[in-house]
Amino acid sequence: MADTASRERPVIDLDRAVIRFAGDSGDGMQLTGDRFTTSSALLGNDLSTLPDFPAEIRAPAGTLAGVSAFQVHISDHDIVTPGDHPNVLVAMNPAALKANIADLAERGTVIVNSDAFDERALAKAGYHDTNPLTDGSLHAYTVYEVPMTSLTLEATKPSGTKPRDAERSKNFFALGLISWLYTRPLEPTLAWIQERFGKTPMVAEANTLAFKAGWNFGETAELFPSHYEVKPAKSLPKGTYTNISGNTAMAWGLVAAGQLAKLPLFLGSYPITPASDILHELSKHKNFGVRTMQAEDEIAGIGAALGASYAGSLGITTTSGPGLDLKTETIGLAVSLELPLLIIDIQRGGPSTGLPTKTEQADLLQALYGRHGEAPVPVVAAATPGDCFYAAIEAARIALKYRTPVIVLSDGYLANGAEPWRIPDISDLPDISVPFATEPNHVGDDGGEEFWPYLRDPETLARPWAIPGTTGLMHRIGGLEKSDGGGAVSYDPANHDLMSRLRVAKVAGIAADIPPVEVDDPDGADVLLLGWGSTYGAIVAGVRRIRAQGRKVAHAHLRHLNPLPPNLGEVVRSYRRVVVPEMNLGQLVKVIRSEYLVDAKGLDKMRGKPFRAEEIEQAVLELFLNRS
Amino acid sequence: MTEVATAPATTKKDWASDQEVRWCPGCGDYSILTAVQMLMPELGVRREDTVFVSGIGCSSRFPYYMNTYGIHSIHGRAPALATGIAVARPDLHVWVITGDGDALSIGGNHLLHALRRNVNLTIILFNNQIYGLTKGQYSPTSEAGKVTKSTPFGSLDHPYNPVSLALGAEASFVARTHDMDRKHMMEMFRRAYEHKGTALVEVYQNCNVFNNAAFEEITSKEARPRMLIPLEHGRAIRFGEDAEKGVVVEDGMARVVAVADVGPDRLLVHDEHREDPSLAFALSRLASGPHSPTPIGVFRDVERADYGTLVDQQLVAAVERKGPGDLASLLTSGSTWTVS
Ligand code: SF4
Repeated sequence: MADTASRERPVIDLDRAVIRFAGDSGDGMQLTGDRFTTSSALLGNDLSTLPDFPAEIRAPAGTLAGVSAFQVHISDHDIVTPGDHPNVLVAMNPAALKANIADLAERGTVIVNSDAFDERALAKAGYHDTNPLTDGSLHAYTVYEVPMTSLTLEATKPSGTKPRDAERSKNFFALGLISWLYTRPLEPTLAWIQERFGKTPMVAEANTLAFKAGWNFGETAELFPSHYEVKPAKSLPKGTYTNISGNTAMAWGLVAAGQLAKLPLFLGSYPITPASDILHELSKHKNFGVRTMQAEDEIAGIGAALGASYAGSLGITTTSGPGLDLKTETIGLAVSLELPLLIIDIQRGGPSTGLPTKTEQADLLQALYGRHGEAPVPVVAAATPGDCFYAAIEAARIALKYRTPVIVLSDGYLANGAEPWRIPDISDLPDISVPFATEPNHVGDDGGEEFWPYLRDPETLARPWAIPGTTGLMHRIGGLEKSDGGGAVSYDPANHDLMSRLRVAKVAGIAADIPPVEVDDPDGADVLLLGWGSTYGAIVAGVRRIRAQGRKVAHAHLRHLNPLPPNLGEVVRSYRRVVVPEMNLGQLVKVIRSEYLVDAKGLDKMRGKPFRAEEIEQAVLELFLNRS
Repeated sequence: MTEVATAPATTKKDWASDQEVRWCPGCGDYSILTAVQMLMPELGVRREDTVFVSGIGCSSRFPYYMNTYGIHSIHGRAPALATGIAVARPDLHVWVITGDGDALSIGGNHLLHALRRNVNLTIILFNNQIYGLTKGQYSPTSEAGKVTKSTPFGSLDHPYNPVSLALGAEASFVARTHDMDRKHMMEMFRRAYEHKGTALVEVYQNCNVFNNAAFEEITSKEARPRMLIPLEHGRAIRFGEDAEKGVVVEDGMARVVAVADVGPDRLLVHDEHREDPSLAFALSRLASGPHSPTPIGVFRDVERADYGTLVDQQLVAAVERKGPGDLASLLTSGSTWTVS
């Protein structure tokens, strides 16, 4: 037995690390990444994740199309993106290597499952008559070849698992190895394996053995000269944290909105990637009075939600692009009925089915304008996974106070990405409750009391919300144009003009009820980066890099896309250059140009992936170079 | 809010809104409206606890004429909105007013799923076998070969039968009536109202402008005894001036026979409550259009838990299991750590 001392490897302190787990979509890489993230979160690291998986549940095994990856950025300080380039790539097969190697950081580390690099697998990945492990193409990197499959099979033997099943534990071997490499504690993962797989003890046992074997391999194999430590992030604001994905934060924000509004929630939804997890999460919380209904289609989902709102619930529907298309007609009805309704759009690559599992921000113009007639709808966007919680509450506040449908824009990156989220104190959250109408509000020509469903609040222009069951307030509403005040069907031209303008004025008036946009500009820059939604992290990181070089740049980020913050015109006019990074072909930039007659420039990306900080940095640096 | 028994006495007039009714003179919709407005005071329900929801079409103007809560929604989507109302508020009585284009064409999906889920709704389907509001195109219940503006050489579509469709979806209550018989309509509407779950009543309704007399062969006063087959629970199915005809079932199919030929004992005794919908379906296939003897009345009335009640039971069970929702504990329900 070798003496213990000789096995101990030095631990090197890192301020941050980016790790990408990549394998076949059947290899369990999302689970592996997720577990690594959780143990890092429990260690107190700041972190940000980027899951990236194919739309097919099981794309052809071993092919590039079937590669599923999970990137996690862990740090001892505050970070805002999942990282531009991984320091370590774990590749479970040749396809995973091929699909991801180009992203690896300079002098990065590759850990491959060498058992998977046989001729057939190499050919499937497009390595014909060559093997990247031997042909020198990886010479710029440190490559560790670990026979993960055979080591897993060996390690799991005591569990009595058949080889075929045992092989499936190899992701736990990889997780164990990387956990050793980054000195993550074993216990939370071991406990989690018991909890998750406890019902099938043989599987739990195999996974435990594989996980430990991976850890021990790092410890004993003397392959790795050292391992690393990333200390807890000290710069994070004080508080209790949990690791949260955008979809979970959105669901919790909706539950919170119901509590803060003192209203039951009703979710009508149809399964769609990447929004379904909100339906799943909300369906768990029936003890909050949350009614969830998996409808027969997208249209029924929003229809039922609108019906529930009419009846006095907070109606919600969740969807993604193709579903938003289908809901359009009902959003128009909600505009006309002037009832609260939340439409949560988790954007994905379009048009049509597009890239269901990839992220994009190209539904903005649809959210703003995508309805027939003059049909203004407030639009709110979330900036980070944790921010989805607050976006949901803010959207509900507006919907309830102004009796209007509100569209909330998130996207695939926020939905599946995760970050440490400081859990708010409930008492800091706003009261967003509004009263129902209980009394007649008009005296008729005959002197009798009447209820006028379209008699507006002079300040908010909201109409009264009178729910069925309320004595004396029976009224009929519908999609036909209504007379101002009384709400009877009206084809009067002047009335239609008035009602159209009132609906627009009501939504425009919300501008007075939202905070002015804040500009992060400590040095008096003359270039402004203006963003919205999930580009927040990449822009913040890009701005830090630019400033680190002694250059000045300003950043403003929009929570409200309609109405825009009241000071935005003044802000954009005060900069020499306004650059708008967006994961579309220039949508917000169009709005800014037309609203404010400012020569804003777009910085567009349509690759199904979030911006990298370096892309923002380079684009702005080019601006500086080109100034003359 | 939930106690129907305490509803104050009302009259037909109390249920009529102040809106001027605007269907074409002579339209069958008027008599259906009258039947509903006359029935409501008898039901002992409060107006404020009643909601009428409609889609788009001539019939869908109906909610405007009722002094209750109401929504005139989107073409085909009334069952979806009504589902949201009924599930969110089990204390309300939700009626859906729809037509053959609204319910069976653009809204076919929602109708099917409301029936399948058994949402607590009373659906009145005005079937006039034509598109009236858009001025006369064929509908999914129009007979094949129908010449309309959109089918100048005759329609090529095979029509479907709303009662068969509903029974195929295992609707828990399915009935048929027609606009020429107020008493029968009121009886069918009452039964539908009393049914817990989705109740569908098909009403043969005359559109005197675009499809006049479509049902005359069976609904005119003189034709009724020969052409309408009344379905009455627990009774042998017989019709004709002298009840000389009846219905038997052979090889799973219903067939009209002369009672004299088979003897009264072989006639089918109607059982609304039969769990299996196959016999009711067989009855619905007796007539393929309103040109041969056609059954009216309640085809099926079975008990099945309604969707809204089941949803509520899950809510109650969740509170019993986990206690009422507590936001602070929800937010800390995952793994947490503290930065100090
Ligand atoms: S078009 Fe036909 S259905 Fe419509 S109101 Fe006129 S008669 Fe009635």
